[in-house]
Amino acid sequence: MRLLYKLPLRLRSLFHKGDADRDLEDELEFHLQFQIAEYIKEGMSSDKARSAALHSLGRFQQVKEECREMRNVNFIENVIQDLHFGIRMLRRSPGFSALAILCLTLGIGANAAVFSWIEGILLRPFPMVSGQERLMALTGTNRSTSGRDGVSWPDFLDLQRNCTLFDAFVVDKIMGATLSIGDRAQVVTGSLVSSNYFDAYGIRPILGRGFRPEEDYGRSAHPVVVISYHLWQDRFRGDPNIIGKTQMLGGQPHAIVGVAPQGFEGTFVGWAMQFWVPVSMQERFVPGGYKLEDRSARWIEAYVRRKPGVTAAQAQAEISAVAKRLEDQYPETNRGFGVKLYPLWETPFNNAGALLPTLSIALGVVVFVLLIVCANVSNLLLVKAFGRRHEMTVRLALGARRGRLLQQLLTEGLILSTIAAAGGLLVARWCRNLLVLLEPRRGGTSMYLPGAVDWRVLVLSTAVCLLATVLLGLVPAMHTRKLDLTSALKAESGGVVGGRRRALAQSSLVLIQVALSFMLLVGSGLLLKSLHALQSTDPGFSTRDVISTWVDTRVAGYDKVRNLTFEEDLADRLRAVPGIQSAAFSRIAAFSYGVYSSSPIAVDGYVAAPGEQPIVDYNEVSPGYLTTMGIPVLSGREFTRADDQNTLPVAIVNEAMAAQFWHGADPIGRRIQVKGRWLQVIGVAKQAKYSSLIEPLQPFFYVPIRQSQPGSNLYIRSTLPLSALSTALVREVRALDNNLAPGEILTMREEVDRSTAVQRIAVNMLGAFGALALVLAAVGLYGVMSYAVTQSTREFGVRMALGARASDLLRLVISQGMLLTTAGVVIGGFAAVVLSRLLGYLLYKTSPRDPMAFAIATLIMVVAALAACFVPAWRATRTNPVQALRA
Amino acid sequence: MAKPTDLVQGTLDLLILKTLALQPMHGWGIAQRIRQVSKEVLQVNQGALYPALHRLEQQGWIEAEWGESENNRRAKYYSLTRDGARYLRRQQTQWNRLSGAIDLVLEST
Repeated sequence: MRLLYKLPLRLRSLFHKGDADRDLEDELEFHLQFQIAEYIKEGMSSDKARSAALHSLGRFQQVKEECREMRNVNFIENVIQDLHFGIRMLRRSPGFSALAILCLTLGIGANAAVFSWIEGILLRPFPMVSGQERLMALTGTNRSTSGRDGVSWPDFLDLQRNCTLFDAFVVDKIMGATLSIGDRAQVVTGSLVSSNYFDAYGIRPILGRGFRPEEDYGRSAHPVVVISYHLWQDRFRGDPNIIGKTQMLGGQPHAIVGVAPQGFEGTFVGWAMQFWVPVSMQERFVPGGYKLEDRSARWIEAYVRRKPGVTAAQAQAEISAVAKRLEDQYPETNRGFGVKLYPLWETPFNNAGALLPTLSIALGVVVFVLLIVCANVSNLLLVKAFGRRHEMTVRLALGARRGRLLQQLLTEGLILSTIAAAGGLLVARWCRNLLVLLEPRRGGTSMYLPGAVDWRVLVLSTAVCLLATVLLGLVPAMHTRKLDLTSALKAESGGVVGGRRRALAQSSLVLIQVALSFMLLVGSGLLLKSLHALQSTDPGFSTRDVISTWVDTRVAGYDKVRNLTFEEDLADRLRAVPGIQSAAFSRIAAFSYGVYSSSPIAVDGYVAAPGEQPIVDYNEVSPGYLTTMGIPVLSGREFTRADDQNTLPVAIVNEAMAAQFWHGADPIGRRIQVKGRWLQVIGVAKQAKYSSLIEPLQPFFYVPIRQSQPGSNLYIRSTLPLSALSTALVREVRALDNNLAPGEILTMREEVDRSTAVQRIAVNMLGAFGALALVLAAVGLYGVMSYAVTQSTREFGVRMALGARASDLLRLVISQGMLLTTAGVVIGGFAAVVLSRLLGYLLYKTSPRDPMAFAIATLIMVVAALAACFVPAWRATRTNPVQALRA
Repeated sequence: MAKPTDLVQGTLDLLILKTLALQPMHGWGIAQRIRQVSKEVLQVNQGALYPALHRLEQQGWIEAEWGESENNRRAKYYSLTRDGARYLRRQQTQWNRLSGAIDLVLEST
């Protein structure tokens, strides 16, 4: 209600300043007239009456000023004045300003960059997709392995039909396909999607159409494809008549029915999709046969979108209830299987889930860096504030209120942080794709992990900038608050009063910096050790002299038999090449995103505990696979071509499996039952890692390709250089079939390294910021010590006159610096012990209190501190006692 | 800038509001009125009066209107708003409690 009075008044004061001022003058003049009249009545002369009246009103101008102050006009005017003044101050000391702005730009830029990654990769990863905030990832769960699983197509349709809290269910299964245009073959990444994909996401193809509902049904009945804008431009040269043309994909010609708009990169965190085909084409792209009518074939990964207002918990509750009903309805296929929803940033089937911990740590680290930067710039400002002590004192003496000085200091901080924030946003923009550089490249294609600088990032960065301003202004402001008028004016020439307090403030700022950077150093040390432990973990196969690649024969329409013949011929031809020792195929590539076959097994002579249903992963491999991979066969033999459909089904088990089911007895000659078939164990292979270095020892077995499904992953053991190997491979493949081309060649080292990418990113990030923090802390320490030395010139002079040697002074100064450093290291050490636990699973075989990491961090910190103190200390020894004492 | 009236600021506000509760008045009138009613005891520091008036106006307790004065000059008349009246009642109660309490203390010794 009062606002009704206040608002017009305020506006008038601001915009009709002239009117308001005239009114004020009139009002005071009116008062004067009365006062003068009264004085005249009391018998004064009119001149005298006027001056007495003016006197009684106090100083006329001052009253006017105070009235204006009451109207808050001055606030705005002051801000403008402060801005002018602040800019002038900054321009007068360009070195200081540049340093401060550079530091702040780094701090704010690092924050903005991490914000933009979190925004673009975790929170809103899919540009142009509507209703992303309500999107959730969907996978199946398997209670017996308590792991994640796919969802079958019939189950998916039932979920979609029976759930009411969602407005979209979208299948989105990533896959690769060989795309041959002319003589250039390339593997491109695409998605198998349900027909509602484009409509549900609100994506309108710029040419042609999306999918039609009927394209979900009919076994391989709808060979249609929507291609990405990038593919259209890059491989089809932006052909405007592309619609209706056909393209070979997955060994079948597909009609191009649409082109997705520019900027739509699909819905997979980590890779940009190049094409989309409807679910009905599953058999062509997802291995393992026709699955659309099989309720036990769990392969689907999907997204669902909640209706507005539905919470994640309600959504999960409903979908779990429906899954439970399906379990009751179809016990033979669905017992033990459920459905789980994940927020997008925890999506388990793309890179979001893996990047979540890294980005959380990054966020923590950049906040540290910002604090360090603020402490550093505060320090610089403090030095300046001390230099401006005289100015401040004079202004106070002339009647400036302390609040007014505070406003001035905050404005200067704001100018600095605003310029830095603008620079920081530029930094963030440049760093949008930086994360990809930290990821190891995979065979020439880099990942797609763009940050997004949108309004939310802008708002957050502004908040950071304001926070920085307050932090910056605070310390010098507190200093002004303590400013004592008389002593400051008196001590003008002496220059030590207030020095002690200032030294204290400065020292604590340096203490904070040392402590924070020590924590970052410890963190990088821990991660480095963890990475080292990870890299020296034996994967159980050779990472040297072995390469992996693949040859996709489906492109040429091979059937199973022809494929097998081709692969065996190719392996023979390769073995004949000088320098190549062996070659073999497998269905699933080790350390790839591929999912191994897995089956409940029964074992001869092993009685499972009640309720226990052992499930073991296995791989289908060709003869010579173990030799090629360098996995030793501990007893028994490896597969041969004689192990085919006409002979006894056989298997090779690994050490963990032998130990678990035969308790150390020799398993050779025993039998295991897999998917209803009894296989005879003919060998025991050495334990290896199968999907990642951090996986625990797990039971695993191999079956021969000739007795199961073939695969197209090719392994070659050779001592040839990669280029020669590549030439030989292409030559041999072409010799067998001119239509075929091998895929990209990766060494097994690269495959293994890819699985440690998350740790590597974390190490790089923490290492880089740790180094930055160390430099900043050293600069801060240098500043404090230099100042202390300058202030103590007289003291040094006295000491020298009394017989102190240069080495004594050196020791004196350095020990002071070391005292600060030690205190910082101790504080930082305590904090690091508490915080390093947050690194969680990134620490592989490394204790969060690893003494080595702490020792090395301490060493680095001490060396940096010594370096920072040495120059000031050396300067102390150069003190000329005579001059110092006279001064 | 140091304000000599800092200590009695609240009191001056109270006096102004009370005076305006009778009828709209200009600044000079308010000062005279306070002097007369207090039997010349309270001399309003006139350098503090106008800033106080402007502040009260900004806060919405009083509003101002230009009008014709008794000597036919343009004068700024202040009057109490409804919020101001409510505020005055509250302040007065508080003042009464305070002065009563001070009286009690002073008389007991």
